[in-house]
Amino acid sequence: MQMPEPSAAVLARKAEIVAGLRRILPEGAVIDDPAETRAYECDALTAYRCPPLAAVLPSSTAEVAAVLKHCNAHGVPVVPRGAGTSLAGGALPTSDAVILGLAKMNRVLETDLENRFIRVETGRTNLSVSGAVEAEGFFYAPDPSSQLACAIGGNIAMNSGGAHCLKYGVTTNNLLGVTLVTMAGEVLEIGGAHLDAPGLDLLGVICGSEGQLGIVTEATLRILPKPEGARPVLIGFSSNEVAGACVSDIIKAGVLPVAIEFMDRPCIRATDAFSGAGYPDCEAMLIVEVEGSEAEIAEQLGLILQIARRHDPVELREARDADDAARIWLGRKSAFGAMGQLNDYICLDGTIPVSALPQVLKRIGELSKEFGLDVANVFHAGDGNMHPLILFDANKPGDLETCEAMGAEILKLCVEVGGCLTGEHGVGVEKRDLMNVQFDPADLEAQMRVKDVFDPAWLLNAAKVFPLAASDARRRVA
Amino acid sequence: MTLHPGTETELAHMIREAGGPLAVRGGGTRSPGASGEALSTAGLRGVTLYEPGALTIVARAGTPLSEIRDTLAAHGQHLPFEPPEMGGLLGGSGTSTIGGVVATNASGPRRIQAGACRDSLIGVRFVDGTGAVVKNGGRVMKNVTGYDLAKLMAGSHGTLGVLTEVSFKVLPAPAVEAGLVIEGLDDASAQKAMAAALGSPFEVTGAAHLPGDTPRTLLRIGGLADSVAYRSGRLKDLMAPFGPVTIVTDADAVADDWRRIRDVAPFAGRTGDVWRISVRPSDGPQVAGRSGGDVFYDWGGGLIWALVPEGTDLRAAIGDIRGHATLIRASADTRDRLGTFHPEPAGVATLTAGLRAKFDPRGILNAGVMA
Ligand SMILES: Cc1cc2nc3c(=O)[nH]c(=O)nc-3n(C[C@H](O)[C@H](O)[C@H](O)COP(=O)(O)OP(=O)(O)OC[C@H]3O[C@@H](n4cnc5c(N)ncnc54)[C@H](O)[C@@H]3O)c2cc1C
Repeated sequence: MQMPEPSAAVLARKAEIVAGLRRILPEGAVIDDPAETRAYECDALTAYRCPPLAAVLPSSTAEVAAVLKHCNAHGVPVVPRGAGTSLAGGALPTSDAVILGLAKMNRVLETDLENRFIRVETGRTNLSVSGAVEAEGFFYAPDPSSQLACAIGGNIAMNSGGAHCLKYGVTTNNLLGVTLVTMAGEVLEIGGAHLDAPGLDLLGVICGSEGQLGIVTEATLRILPKPEGARPVLIGFSSNEVAGACVSDIIKAGVLPVAIEFMDRPCIRATDAFSGAGYPDCEAMLIVEVEGSEAEIAEQLGLILQIARRHDPVELREARDADDAARIWLGRKSAFGAMGQLNDYICLDGTIPVSALPQVLKRIGELSKEFGLDVANVFHAGDGNMHPLILFDANKPGDLETCEAMGAEILKLCVEVGGCLTGEHGVGVEKRDLMNVQFDPADLEAQMRVKDVFDPAWLLNAAKVFPLAASDARRRVA
Repeated sequence: MTLHPGTETELAHMIREAGGPLAVRGGGTRSPGASGEALSTAGLRGVTLYEPGALTIVARAGTPLSEIRDTLAAHGQHLPFEPPEMGGLLGGSGTSTIGGVVATNASGPRRIQAGACRDSLIGVRFVDGTGAVVKNGGRVMKNVTGYDLAKLMAGSHGTLGVLTEVSFKVLPAPAVEAGLVIEGLDDASAQKAMAAALGSPFEVTGAAHLPGDTPRTLLRIGGLADSVAYRSGRLKDLMAPFGPVTIVTDADAVADDWRRIRDVAPFAGRTGDVWRISVRPSDGPQVAGRSGGDVFYDWGGGLIWALVPEGTDLRAAIGDIRGHATLIRASADTRDRLGTFHPEPAGVATLTAGLRAKFDPRGILNAGVMA
């Protein structure tokens, strides 16, 4: 993977640039000691690392604006960073870049239960947003598996999803407004506590723009009343095809579960061994969760089980109580941990039309043989968002490259069957060079024009999302 | 003369060759608003893909909304955002097209629970002002590949490009719907009642208030039969402190109530300007009071429809409350004087203008429509 050459002019002026940052920010909020900048050399895509020029940790929107103005004036690239859990290398710096970390900005600014929103600083973690309104019976719906660590700012930049998004949508569907600081240091309020913004939907394009349009310092988020209860069922099948057909039939029947999670045999085996969840020995497994009162849960599960029985399940396990429910989820929730025990892995994130599921799983099996690397599949089946985990050995020379090559083949397959490269993790640097598979030059041009408007000098996280060759001219002019 | 492209390629050619401004129209339910040569998308018609098991539909932009509704209804599904049919209110003769729905981000009462049009929209194809064909998003509902230009197109009123194809995430239509009605509440109590209902776990899919001689506060729920029975009972208890609650189970009566709210039927055929005001719900009653006109509330009070005497500057009347007001029906003079859309703060306006200049450098697409 290639990154642009750092700007020699910026590297040469490091001392001056850092001194300027120190004048703007309080003691301790500017880090340029190489021993300490190492902490910011990568995100959760750990295969790629590069210590930044410096890292800054502002405490307010005004400080963020001052930092950006300074960097803009000196032509210094800036890479925003939340909690650094991106799996796509979204927060990976270059050696001439300043990392702007939002970790210190984690306050709740306003909670309004009557109008059902919360306003927070974007360094706040996802889970602690729900935590702030939990006692009152509310929650913030998007729930990435990384929710204990990841920050709302990162969620907004990546438009993150979660297990429950089939019903509640992803970040963009739960975001009402942002305070955005542009690279020029201008502070803009976009959207707000009311439901829709006037004029063009700038909020819609800011969400998911991977930190390339501006730094989001505050966010107004929709909160929802907690459901009365929730309960999963586990359904085992003798083949991926049958499991896929069952998913489609459940959806066609008019029930909308909050989650439909799918695991294939390798994943079932690994997670069961790791967590002792007691999963059945079968080819494919679904966890289907529904919400509501006791009676409503019974009504929905009745329908779902009736449909499942038509597909000759090898196992049907209803949770009788909270313990049962937790056990059903246990293996699924530890899937990444389980894989990590087995080996190093990369986690793909392509989406496919649900109807293509059997075909795609079959082809992934063939690719696994061709490349000689094991794959386990776990994913959000209701929306077709796959997470094939390809196992490799980082200590074995060439294995990472083989793994990446195989990952690229799988993602191309996702696009070929009508899907996309990434369903929730974002493009970052990881899928940047595959963008040409999904998009024509005119499609990318239209997206890059948006960046031209928000960040004319292409200083903000500019080496991400677009193939370097496609963005080259723009980054150079800048 | 009206331009009638039959394909996307033809449309792209027409835009490239255009010598002056183009006024893009879908079904023509709204008055064009833009001057220039008329360009109709009616020839770009038809559902191109529908997979009920994947909750996805893709259609060309000129497809009538009614065709989409019927196609989905045959499989017990619907567009979650409940698009309105404003023909009656606006006095247009046409019928809405799906492209027109997207271009205006038109969303009805269910928006509070299921999101707006832009939330269901998962992909677009369009031709920009230079004649380039652009696609964004696609046919899968989880997709963060590149920037979300589909959202940018939703509600852009044809000023960034002419939509040729749109894709949606659809949902199962509720098997059963029921309504709850409380009569006699003043606006402030109604707002409190709606907030309490929306703060409950009973998944209210509509919350509206119609003031008048006998004010009516309406709630709606939907789902499987037992569930609807259970929730209407629980909601009735929850609403009891506000006043006597009637549960309406007659499907036609419920549908009719909500169709009227969705289509702003209370103001159809009445003289005056119609405004649409979006605020946080708790500010609703105060905004309504300041408007000095006839109002009714949707979205739990966050959406206010106001009928005021012609030429009234409603924005000046409501003052500094956070939110915005859009002129939906008015004379050309009034639109020119007051502007259809709420003025944007300078920084945001600069971005908007910048985007327009990039997507439509000649300024030929629906010029003036979003001014
Ligand atoms: C174990 C594990 C499980 C995961 N599970 C999920 C999952 O279920 N669903 C899912 O969607 N993702 C998941 N992820 C991916 C990751 O957690 C999300 O992408 C998350 O939103 C990143 O948030 P962060 O705060 O860590 O952002 P970072 O990694 O710090 O940054 C991510 C991107 O956001 C930008 N950014 C950060 N803050 C801001 C800001 N304030 N303004 C502008 N740009 C900003 C950065 O420049 C970068 O491009 C998982 C990751 C891990 C490690």
